[in-house]
Amino acid sequence: MDVILFLLFAAIAVACGVNLVVQKHPIASALSLVGVMGSLAVLYLLLGAEFIAAAQVIVYAGAIMVLFLFVIMLLNAGGEPKTPGKSRMAGLLGIPLMAVLLGLLSYLVQRALPKPAGVTFGAFTGGKPYDVGKAIFTEYMLPFEITSVLILIAILGAIVLARKEID
Amino acid sequence: MFANYLPTGAEYFRLLPEMILTAAGTLIMVLEPLTGYRRKRFLGHLALAGLLAALWAAVVAYSSPGPAFNRLIVVDGFATFFRVLVIVVGILTVLSCWDFLARHKAESGEFYSLILFSVVGQCVMVSANELITLFIGLEVSSIATYVLAGYLRDDKRANEAALKYFLLGSFATAFLLYGVAWIYGVTGTTNLVDIRQILESRDVIHPILAVSTAAALMFVGFAFKVSAAPFQIWAPDVYQGAPTPVAAFMSAGPKAAGFAILLRVYLTAFGPIDQSWVPFVWTCALATMVIGNFAALAQNNVKRLLAYSSIAHAGYIMVAVATGTAPGAAAAMFYLAAYAFMNVGAFVVVSHISGRGERKVNIDDLAGLSSRQPLTAALFSVFLLSLIGVPLTGGFFGKFYIFKAAIDSQLYWLTILGLLTSAVAAYYYLRLIVVMYMRPAVDGEEELPPLGGGLKTALWASALGTLALGIFPSAVLNFAGASGAMLVR
Repeated sequence: MDVILFLLFAAIAVACGVNLVVQKHPIASALSLVGVMGSLAVLYLLLGAEFIAAAQVIVYAGAIMVLFLFVIMLLNAGGEPKTPGKSRMAGLLGIPLMAVLLGLLSYLVQRALPKPAGVTFGAFTGGKPYDVGKAIFTEYMLPFEITSVLILIAILGAIVLARKEID
Repeated sequence: MFANYLPTGAEYFRLLPEMILTAAGTLIMVLEPLTGYRRKRFLGHLALAGLLAALWAAVVAYSSPGPAFNRLIVVDGFATFFRVLVIVVGILTVLSCWDFLARHKAESGEFYSLILFSVVGQCVMVSANELITLFIGLEVSSIATYVLAGYLRDDKRANEAALKYFLLGSFATAFLLYGVAWIYGVTGTTNLVDIRQILESRDVIHPILAVSTAAALMFVGFAFKVSAAPFQIWAPDVYQGAPTPVAAFMSAGPKAAGFAILLRVYLTAFGPIDQSWVPFVWTCALATMVIGNFAALAQNNVKRLLAYSSIAHAGYIMVAVATGTAPGAAAAMFYLAAYAFMNVGAFVVVSHISGRGERKVNIDDLAGLSSRQPLTAALFSVFLLSLIGVPLTGGFFGKFYIFKAAIDSQLYWLTILGLLTSAVAAYYYLRLIVVMYMRPAVDGEEELPPLGGGLKTALWASALGTLALGIFPSAVLNFAGASGAMLVR
């Protein structure tokens, strides 16, 4: 059962991810991103990370995607204009190299990662809100606090890059 | 039950520089709406005061070295060295940006806040003892720098620079994070010292292939941040498009911090498996030196030229990393200090001569600088001679110690090619000096404004730093040697 669910949602995630890139219209891409986020949430749930799965659905698939769609609609972004001839180099070199990288990585995952100690579904404990909260506010308190500086920078960046023209 | 997680006073003390910088940055944001358009310089003075206080804090924090916050960061000689270095780079940037911002009518508190927060990120990076903290620090530093690169909103090239830097940087960061995931998957920890112990212990059969893959993936992220080949493509466009004081900052601060985490992760955590990562660092060092130096020969834009030169210097420092030894780490530390002074100084001169809209950044615009502004020309020559590696300057001892460490580690080919490419480099640096001193000024050229107080201080400080490292290198080198040895303990 676990394996079937995993394969199903992993396949959906990958398919939506590819679709996200190849779609010409930004709305279609954004909707594929919802698919990726949703299937990732299921994968987290399969691993036993309940809190992360819920946060993934509420924050990413919900709030952030709504924001994305709003921005796309506000900017009135239409279909991407075609840029012929420009990306021949990227097509010739990029796609084979990407295939090589992915092939190499999957070979290495197969080959190098220890099998018996590998992931077993549902065996993971510590995914409850209590565990996550405990980890964040005790062991990893410092990175958590520094993240607030990161958010401050994001606000500043929005002010700087979106302000009115100088003069 | 969580009482043992409460940080002690000593631990807060070790984090004091970051706390001071964050407080100063936030204070500037609060005061920004309260200061009038003509009074923004006050916020710059505030940023300077914050940086100086953080410099003091970084030095006194070393009086009680040790780990803090559940071993997430560690204050040792290495961290202190780089903290002082990145804070000094921040000080020089703030000093040198006043005239530039006033000329572009772009003075605002956000600029200073972003510089301070970027320095916070770099301080966290260099003292991080654990991969998650390291990653957060890297992101804080990088994202602030992306915004700074696009700070002049109306400049098309600045927009291009910011977008390119942001997209490629995020891509590289993803590789770094993937590598972190691998190493966590293999060892079950993200603490650098614990990773080393697991890799050293003989009773655990660790899959060396998986650890090497993690090391390679993380190297992609680090190499991007320090603009080492083949991940250097962004550097010329970004340095050219970004405001010159920001380019000065980017080429010294984040680069030094990037090399600091590279050294700490590879020498401390991956030290036991050095036979598997030295070959690709070796290749990267060679490619970076060759590409940087030869591409710089063809440049006419001084900012682009300095960008390629900064790639080339990343190559020399990679040679030091490729030794994988404590003397190599010490040489890299010394070189980064010397490089920070001379490179920031060179960029400060460029920002002075560039004029409104940064139109005068070609080599021809330097013509007759020696008669127009003798002091600027003389100081620029000091920085350029140091970048070449002429004796009595910091650049000479930097190169000397790096190649000495390389020879001691039997990296003969790398040493020979490094020396050959630095001979090539002499050509394009000397070309600038020749144009400044030998070619007369173009008639009808508008007068350069006199050096402002901030610029003058920054220039003199960089020049004194460059010369001090060239004449009395031993104090800095001894400190670097002692703290480099701690990495491979």
